[in-house]
Amino acid sequence: MTRSKRLDATFAALADPTRRAILARLASGEASVTELARPFEMSQPAISKHLKVLERAGLVSRGRDAQRRPRRLAAKPLAEANGWLEGYRRFWEGSFRQLDTLLEQMKARRKHKGDIR
Amino acid sequence: MSTAGTLQITAQGDRELVITRRFDAPCTLVFAAMTKPELVKRWLGVFGGWSLAVCEIDLRVGGAYRYEWHGPKGARMGMRGVTREVTPPARWVATGRFDEAWYPGEEINTSVLVEQRGQTTLTNTVRYESQEARDMVLKSPMEKGMAAGYDNLEKVLATMAQEG
Repeated sequence: MTRSKRLDATFAALADPTRRAILARLASGEASVTELARPFEMSQPAISKHLKVLERAGLVSRGRDAQRRPRRLAAKPLAEANGWLEGYRRFWEGSFRQLDTLLEQMKARRKHKGDIR
Repeated sequence: MSTAGTLQITAQGDRELVITRRFDAPCTLVFAAMTKPELVKRWLGVFGGWSLAVCEIDLRVGGAYRYEWHGPKGARMGMRGVTREVTPPARWVATGRFDEAWYPGEEINTSVLVEQRGQTTLTNTVRYESQEARDMVLKSPMEKGMAAGYDNLEKVLATMAQEG
């Protein structure tokens, strides 16, 4: 998968609030499907469906324990997604810092004009 | 400059993204800096080797604007749109679309400036065509739903980075 395709899959998977909540839960440690289903008013098959989407996006992987089959967070795609968002934030932070400088110059010029008058 | 606020980006409703930032300057100056091409060229996306090479703004209702950025190694980025509403120096509403938009549809940008004691707060509300488009831009980890697990997630990511 290309980086762009991978990001698309990640973001599609993240677009759902239940899936985000599942990831938030997995961020604090691995959990079985039963454990994951507990806080949600949802059936296990419904949760399993969400988990499949997350697995396909590479956000969640399965642990070794064959009995519990715990799910765990795969952090790399999330780091990529977050990196993208950081790009968006950086654009505005960088721009606004420049704007601060420009505004200081504009204020100084206006003050100077006022002094001459 | 130390009194300028920090940037905030948050989701609002299904389709909107809200960017707020305070500036240590009166409203009239901020509005001019945001709408006069020769001034916009000096800050919008102008860092890290990028310049706003083309900046044309017709601030009348129905008037078009065009931005073209030039970056390192011949990189290019462009955006265009149309002014829908303008009330200097407090409000500017315009449509917008990147040349190579990675999300469907046009966005509608509403910029509102509120001055208080010589400082101006910019609230830029970006309304996307659909929730899907907004979410593609927002990328959820910063949304509220994720916030609880996010501190933990940072630790997880840090650990994984160390482990390679």
